Amino acid sequence: MPKDSGIGASSKRREDVRFLTGAGNYTDDINVHGQAYVHFLRSDIAHGRIKSVDTSAAENMPGVVKVFTGKDFEGVGGMPCGWEVTDRHGAPMQEPPHPILAQGKVRHVGDPIAAVVADSLEQARDAAEAIALDIEELPAVLDMKAAAQDGATLVHDDLKNNICYDWHLGEADNAKLDEVFANAAHVTTLDLVNNRLVANPMEPRVAVAEYKRGTDEYTLYTTSQNPHVIRLLMCAFVLGLPEHKVRVVAPDVGGGFGTKIFHYAEEAFCTFAAKACGRPVKWTASRSEAFMSDAQGRDHVSRIELALDADNNFVGLRTDTYANLGAYLSTFSSSVPTWLHGTLMAGNYKTPVIQVNVKAMFTNTVPVDAYRGAGRPEATFQLERVIDKAARELGVDPIALRRQNFITEFPYDTPVALTYDTGNYNGTMDKLEAAADLSGFAARRAESEANGKLRGLGINCYIEACGIAPSNIVGMLGARAGLYDAATVRVNATGSISVMVGAHSHGQGHETAFPQVVADMIGIDESMVEIVHGDTSKIPFGMGTYGSRSLAVCGSAMVKATEKVIDKAKKIAAHLLEASEADIELKDGQFTVAGTDKSVAWGDVTLTAYVPHNFPLEVEPGLEETAFYDPANFTFPAGAYACEVEVDPETGQVTIETFTAADDFGNIINPMIVDGQVHGGIGQGIGQALLENCAYDENGQLLSASFMDYAMPRADDLPFYGVDHSSQTPCTHNPLGVKGCGEAGAIGSPPAVVNAVLDALNSGGKTVDHIDMPVSPSRVWAALNS
Amino acid sequence: MYNFEFEKPSTIADAVAAMGGEEAQALGGGQTLIPTLKQRLAAPSSLVSLTGIPEMRGVCVEDDGSVSIGGATTHAAVAADAAGNYPALAALAGQIGDPAVRNRGTIGGSIANNDPAACYPAGALGSGATIVTNNRQISADDFFEGMFSTALEEGEIITSVRFPVPQAASYQKFLQPASRFALVGVFLARFADGVRVAVTGASEDGVFRWSEAEQALSKEFRPDALMDLRINAMNMIADLHGSKAYRAHLVSVMTKRAVEACM
Repeated sequence: MPKDSGIGASSKRREDVRFLTGAGNYTDDINVHGQAYVHFLRSDIAHGRIKSVDTSAAENMPGVVKVFTGKDFEGVGGMPCGWEVTDRHGAPMQEPPHPILAQGKVRHVGDPIAAVVADSLEQARDAAEAIALDIEELPAVLDMKAAAQDGATLVHDDLKNNICYDWHLGEADNAKLDEVFANAAHVTTLDLVNNRLVANPMEPRVAVAEYKRGTDEYTLYTTSQNPHVIRLLMCAFVLGLPEHKVRVVAPDVGGGFGTKIFHYAEEAFCTFAAKACGRPVKWTASRSEAFMSDAQGRDHVSRIELALDADNNFVGLRTDTYANLGAYLSTFSSSVPTWLHGTLMAGNYKTPVIQVNVKAMFTNTVPVDAYRGAGRPEATFQLERVIDKAARELGVDPIALRRQNFITEFPYDTPVALTYDTGNYNGTMDKLEAAADLSGFAARRAESEANGKLRGLGINCYIEACGIAPSNIVGMLGARAGLYDAATVRVNATGSISVMVGAHSHGQGHETAFPQVVADMIGIDESMVEIVHGDTSKIPFGMGTYGSRSLAVCGSAMVKATEKVIDKAKKIAAHLLEASEADIELKDGQFTVAGTDKSVAWGDVTLTAYVPHNFPLEVEPGLEETAFYDPANFTFPAGAYACEVEVDPETGQVTIETFTAADDFGNIINPMIVDGQVHGGIGQGIGQALLENCAYDENGQLLSASFMDYAMPRADDLPFYGVDHSSQTPCTHNPLGVKGCGEAGAIGSPPAVVNAVLDALNSGGKTVDHIDMPVSPSRVWAALNS
Repeated sequence: MYNFEFEKPSTIADAVAAMGGEEAQALGGGQTLIPTLKQRLAAPSSLVSLTGIPEMRGVCVEDDGSVSIGGATTHAAVAADAAGNYPALAALAGQIGDPAVRNRGTIGGSIANNDPAACYPAGALGSGATIVTNNRQISADDFFEGMFSTALEEGEIITSVRFPVPQAASYQKFLQPASRFALVGVFLARFADGVRVAVTGASEDGVFRWSEAEQALSKEFRPDALMDLRINAMNMIADLHGSKAYRAHLVSVMTKRAVEACM
């Protein structure tokens, strides 16, 4: 019986009322009296040496308040990177400076050179056109393998080469690995590209900053997934401001997908300029600016080799990846190809020996950082594509091959640094086989073939490390931050509750799901609980929302704080009921003395906490508790996906006929929201697999610089999904037993789609080993006609 | 965008007068021009909106049976109002862009712009339409002069487009996945005196007639008539979304499908 409220209920998303009726409050809706507007003059070449930037004419243009160049920022810090990766020799990564406005060189199309603040945006743009630039164009560094060669043009002149780090994880003994491969009965090798993506949230980035001279206080409104992280980075590393003088607000945010995690130069610029200009300043990115300044995603070039013994057991895995970081280190960029990627190469399988090698490269392209899944999709894609190819080469059923190699005993220590606490991969696969009606595939294929189409079935399994992350572990791995989270549960006198949470909600439905937990714990109506988030002046602290961590980490902090509240409320109830605290039970909003009919209601206890006339002397008045929660381990959501496609052999057009997801997210708070998260993730994964491609030409010009050439998935590109999350093995180490569901779809779907297309193509008597994403009609046609 | 003067005349005569101004630019539905202005890629001194002229709006049937469409008629209006008299053309209009584009964009704007991947140039050329301006009539064969280039003179306004109605016609559009313009679009029209085949999206020279296919189909109107025909890939467009060879191949496939749709 589905519940109608509390944990496990599909409560309707309360925030959608304001979003769907135009009552949201996004950063661009915020206008501050007297504000001026910022326009950034951005580089239109990929690589060049700045010889001069003459702003004299621009400064005298109508409406201009001030014109800034890189020189104005020589006294402040650059954009910091939050994760120091150590290379295979124990040396720290190469970490070049990332100035707010370009200094010395421009390094990608879109790199900001100057900024004009003016009374109106059009005046700022007019003035920017009057800035005279003298920039000597340099050869653009684009191809990662060429960039790694000795003598390659340097993106950063002060570095020894373009390699940020050459990193390794897993088996260090090459001779041992060579022996495994030499003794293998079969080795499958695959070269593949994980295509670069532009996140493209519907809302572009915006920053509005004001400075109050009287109190020396700054407020920055910004489109962020983690306002406290922005405040910390901007204050401590960039502008050198005391945190208590800076308030960062991230109001309603129209989609993040990772690209709004990072601290961007425009945020620091606006905060700086608000004081320098003596006026509030506002910047709203155009879509064109978003294409050339939002951190992009993926962009790996890999070779993966899988060794199998004569019984088709996986005996060894080796992968070599070039990971593109773009021109500068974005906030968490360095962690993505390493600790969020290499650690996932075991997948769901008990491969005993694994070696991961990653060269992270600087190129003259927009910086690359986390995008929904962040490293884990790249790992899953490599692994699941090579397994699929191995199954085809060996002539074995791809599901049977996976099942045979599944990890079945937990906890399981992988050869690549993780300990999976729990899982049930065969159980999840059972759910998939039933939900996707795999036994009916042959008949569906015959029907497609009768219509002149090829039909394919693609299977994929995934595992992800979410609930990021235990601070002591990530600290050892190079994180320059802790990854706990915090919540304050503030009970009002009349019993309603405000929960101040560090997680930020920008589509995840926290405002609905989080109150379900608190209301359930106390036994009151969900409508009595409200979430407050996105404002550093209102919430204790928070590391924000990414890595499918909000419920697992911040939700755990909220549970801990609620437990403290309940403990204190029981003390008060015991006093009112003249009973021992140990005998007090809380159920359905009533405190009862166990075994009696003596009880007092939640509201009477909360009122007593604030009107403490009859109150235990040893207890403080009030009812408000804060908890910080640092997870003991990652969580490990896992799943099995099936995709069926039809391919039109005449045109190469792929259509997705069915898509079924069986996920194990542990316990679930709101099944409807989980469905929605999976739907959205699959949509983005299908976008990557079939449509999206961020491409640069040989000069570093962005070819896909607008929606005219960058193909976002539309509703009619996507099927109706089958989503099953009834396979539930609760996380063993957090109080809710939850694992996280936000990224699963984006991780699990691309290989399922590509495997399906290849299954279709190979069913037509053609041998096609691989097609790089996006598997566009032209690429499919080329593969069929090669 | 840069500043400009804005005029919205209510007669063709006033529009022609307004277009006489220096650097005046006609504005139809603005589906190409407005984004261009917003990117500051054009700087006209004045914009002359053509959407407030009642005599330039609507679909009607002429005495000779041809369908005449006012130059400022939106794609949505054509999709709805031409469906009875020229269903293939209405279907073409109904496949342009998305509902927002179809409710703003106009046939005159599309044809005057002559985007190499737009749908209407194929419909006009494939139908053998006549483009009527404020001072002359131009056959479609003479009108489209290459990518973004037409026979229109400075200040000349497309007041209507007249389409002879064929016995059968079909527009087959293969979508460019991002823009949903035509990666390749083929408009095929079968008249009593022969078949016309116009191709958009494929060529660096913009919309063109595939004369070999027209001859073969005029002789024998069935898909097999195209079997041995291959269009030269040399002048095809190559970009992120398809090679020259792929586009040339799609021209054959879409033409065959258009024939099948007409049978």
